[in-house]
Amino acid sequence: MSALLDPILGQWNYYLVIVLMMIGFYAVIARGNMVKKIVGLNIFQTSVFMLYISMGKVANGTAPILTGDPNTVYSNPLPHVLILTAIVVGVSTTAVGYALIIRIQESFGSIEDDDIIAMLDDEEETS
Amino acid sequence: MMQHLPILQVLLPLLAAPFAAMLRGRDVAWGIAFITTGTAFLISIALFLEQRALGTTMVYELGNWAAPIGIVYVIDAASALVLPVISGVGFIATLAARQLVAAEIDPRDHSLFYAAWLLTIAGMLGQVTTGDAFNIFVFLEISSLSAYALVAMGSGRDRRALPAAFNYLILGTVGATFYVIGLGLLYMLTGTLNLADLAERLPQVEETRAVFTAMAFIALGLFLKMALFPLHFWLVPAYAHAPSAVTALMASTATKVSVYVLIRLIFGVFGVEFPGLADAVGLAILTLGIAGAFVGTLAAIVETDLKKLFAQSSIAQLGYMAIGIGAMSATGLAAAFLHLFNHALMKGALFLAIGMIAAQAGRATMGTIQGAGKQIPITMTAILFGGLALIGVPLTAGFISKVYLVRALLEQNFWLLAGLTFISSALALAYVWKIIEAAWLQPRPAGAPELSETASQYVPAWIMVFATLGFGIYATPLVEAAFAAAHVFIPSTMGAN
Amino acid sequence: MQDDVVIRVVAKVMIPAVMLFALYVQFHGDYGPGGGFQAGVIFASAFVLNAVVFGLNKGRHVWPAKYNLIGICGGVLIYGFTGVGGMVLGENFLNFNVLSDDPIAGQHLGILLVEFGVGLTVAAVMVMLFFTFAGRLNHIRLLAKSDAHDRVVASKKVKK
Repeated sequence: MSALLDPILGQWNYYLVIVLMMIGFYAVIARGNMVKKIVGLNIFQTSVFMLYISMGKVANGTAPILTGDPNTVYSNPLPHVLILTAIVVGVSTTAVGYALIIRIQESFGSIEDDDIIAMLDDEEETS
Repeated sequence: MMQHLPILQVLLPLLAAPFAAMLRGRDVAWGIAFITTGTAFLISIALFLEQRALGTTMVYELGNWAAPIGIVYVIDAASALVLPVISGVGFIATLAARQLVAAEIDPRDHSLFYAAWLLTIAGMLGQVTTGDAFNIFVFLEISSLSAYALVAMGSGRDRRALPAAFNYLILGTVGATFYVIGLGLLYMLTGTLNLADLAERLPQVEETRAVFTAMAFIALGLFLKMALFPLHFWLVPAYAHAPSAVTALMASTATKVSVYVLIRLIFGVFGVEFPGLADAVGLAILTLGIAGAFVGTLAAIVETDLKKLFAQSSIAQLGYMAIGIGAMSATGLAAAFLHLFNHALMKGALFLAIGMIAAQAGRATMGTIQGAGKQIPITMTAILFGGLALIGVPLTAGFISKVYLVRALLEQNFWLLAGLTFISSALALAYVWKIIEAAWLQPRPAGAPELSETASQYVPAWIMVFATLGFGIYATPLVEAAFAAAHVFIPSTMGAN
Repeated sequence: MQDDVVIRVVAKVMIPAVMLFALYVQFHGDYGPGGGFQAGVIFASAFVLNAVVFGLNKGRHVWPAKYNLIGICGGVLIYGFTGVGGMVLGENFLNFNVLSDDPIAGQHLGILLVEFGVGLTVAAVMVMLFFTFAGRLNHIRLLAKSDAHDRVVASKKVKK
C-alpha cells in the first residue's frame, strides 16, 4: 500500500501544480469571455508560483530569517524572491489585460471572443 | 566610464522612461526618447567595437556580486552583434516616430507613448545583455508589457488594435510562463540560474526526464514569443493594427530578441551536443521553420493590406532564421545571426515607408499605393529595395544571409531543404511584384487620396535602405561578426564547419 | 456604504492602523520579513478601503490623481539613482558598500532607499489601478444601458 502511494503522496505538491496548471490553461484556451481568460491566466501563473515556492522548502527548514544559531536549517529563500518578482509581473499583466478588456467593452460593446470576431469579420468585408 | 557601458546600455532607456512620462510636453518626451536611443546606439556600437577588438567576453557584475551568486551582464560576440540591431533600429524608428506618432496618436498620450517606447527598447536590450536566466524573463516581461500597451495605442485610429493587443497579451504571457516553468525545472535540477553556470552543471543531469521537459517548455515558450509557425497567430493582427511607428520597431526587433534568447538557451545552456537536442528540438525547429517559410510567403501573396502582407512575410523570414538554428552547425547559426541582422534592416525600411503612407492615407492597402510610384517616387523606391532584399536579390543584404543559409544546409547534405528554401524565396517575388505592379505600372485611380513626401518622411526609411544595400555590397565585416557570434555557441573545431 | 455607522467607525479606526503597519513592514524590511512590495500594497489598501467606505470622490480627494505619476516615476528614479550612486562613487551599479564609510551601513542605507523607491511605486500603482478601474464604472454602466450591447445581440440573432 505504502510502496504504491508513497511516490504519489511524497510528490503531492507537483500533482497539485499540474492540476492547477491544466485548469488555468484550459480556461485560457476554451473560454470565450475575456475576463474568464484572464482569470484562467492567473490560475495558470499561480500554479507556476506554487511550483517554485514548494521547491524552496527544505525538510525541517524554518523561514529564512537569520537566528544566530549555526545549526538552524533554513528553507531556500531564492525561489521566494523570484516569485515575488513573478507575482508583480502577474499583477501588471492582469492590470493591462483588464484595462484592454474595459477599452474593448467600450468600443465593441462586448467582451465575448465570438462577438468580436464576428464584428471584425463584418468590418473586414465592408472595408 | 568605459567599464560601465554594459549596464548603461540598459539603464539609460530604463531611467529615461519615467522622465518621458513625467514631463508632459509631447516634444519634450520625443526629445528624451531621441537623445536616449541615440546614446544607446552609440554605446552599443562602442561595445561592439570593443568586443571585436578584445575578442573576449566582457562581464559586468551588478553590485560587484560575482556570478553565480550575483547577476552579471555579459557582452560576448553574440550579444555585441544583436545590441546595435536593437538600439540602431530603435534610434531610426524614434527619428521617424515624431511624424508618425503626431499623425496617429492623441497628443495627450504622447508622453506615455514614449515612456512605453523606451521601456520596450530597454527590455529588449536587457534580454540580450543579461547573463541570468530569470533576469531574461523579467526583461522579457518589461518589453512585452509595454509592447501590449503600444499596440493598443493604435485604437485611436483602428479599434481592431484592442483585440489584437489582448490576444498578443494572452499568448505572450502564456509563452513567458512556459519559459518560467522550464526554468523552474532547470533550477530544481541544478540550483543555479546563471546561464554559464547552468551550462556547466547540466551535463550532470542529462538524459533525465525532467531536463527534457524543461527543454520542451523553454523551447515552446520561446517559439511562441518569436512567432514561429504555427504559433504565429498573434503577430499579424498585432503588427497590422498597431501604430505605424510601433510596427516598424517591433517587426524589426521584438521577435529577433526572442530568436536570440532561443539561441542563447538552446546552444549556450544546453549545448549542441546535448543528448536529444539535435534530434528532437533541431528537427522540430527545422520542420516548423520551412513550413513557416512557405505558409508566411503564401499568405503574403494573397494579402492586400500592406502591413499585414509584410507581417506575413515576417513569419516566413522568421522561418529562415529557424532553419539556420535547426541546422545545428556553426554556419547555420551564423546564417541565423546574419538574417536576424539583415531582416531587421529590411523590415525597418519597409514598415517605416509603409507607415508614412498609412499615416497620410489612414491605411496602406494595394488600392492606396495604386499608381503611387509617380506621386511619391522616393518612398516607393524604398519599398522596392526593401522588397528586393526580402527576396534575396544579389547586392542586397538579404542575398548574403540566404547564401549562408543554403550553404549551411548543403554542408549537412539537406538538399531537399536547400531546394525548398530556394523555392520559397523565389515565391516572395510574387508579392513584391504585386506591389511593383500596383505602384508603378498602374495608373492612379481617380479620387485616390493625395499622397506627398518630404525629406523628413523618407529619410529614416532610406537610412535603413542604404544600410541594407551597404551590408549587401560590402558584407565581410558583418559576416565575420556573425561567425564570431556563432562560434560563441559552437566552437569552430566542432561540427561540419 | 457611507450610511453604515459600524463600517464607518471601524474604517476610521482601521485606516491609520493599516498605514502604520505598512510603514512597519516597509522600514523593517532590511532586518526581517517585509519590504517595499508588501508595504506598498498594504499602504495602498488603506486608500482603497477609504474610497470603498466613504465613496470614490472623497477617496480621490485624499490622493489626487496628479500624484500618481509622480509617485510611480519617482519611486523608479529613487531606485535607479541609488544604484547610480554606487557607480558615481567608483564601484559597479547597485553597489551599496560605498554609499557610507562603513560598508555595512552603506548596504543598510542602499537597501532602505531602494525599498522606499519600490514601496512608493507599488503604492502609487495600486492606488492608480483602483481609481482608474473604479472610475470607469459609471462609464461602463452607461454604455451597457446604451444600444451598443443590444446591437451586438441583434447582429448575433441575424447570423443565427
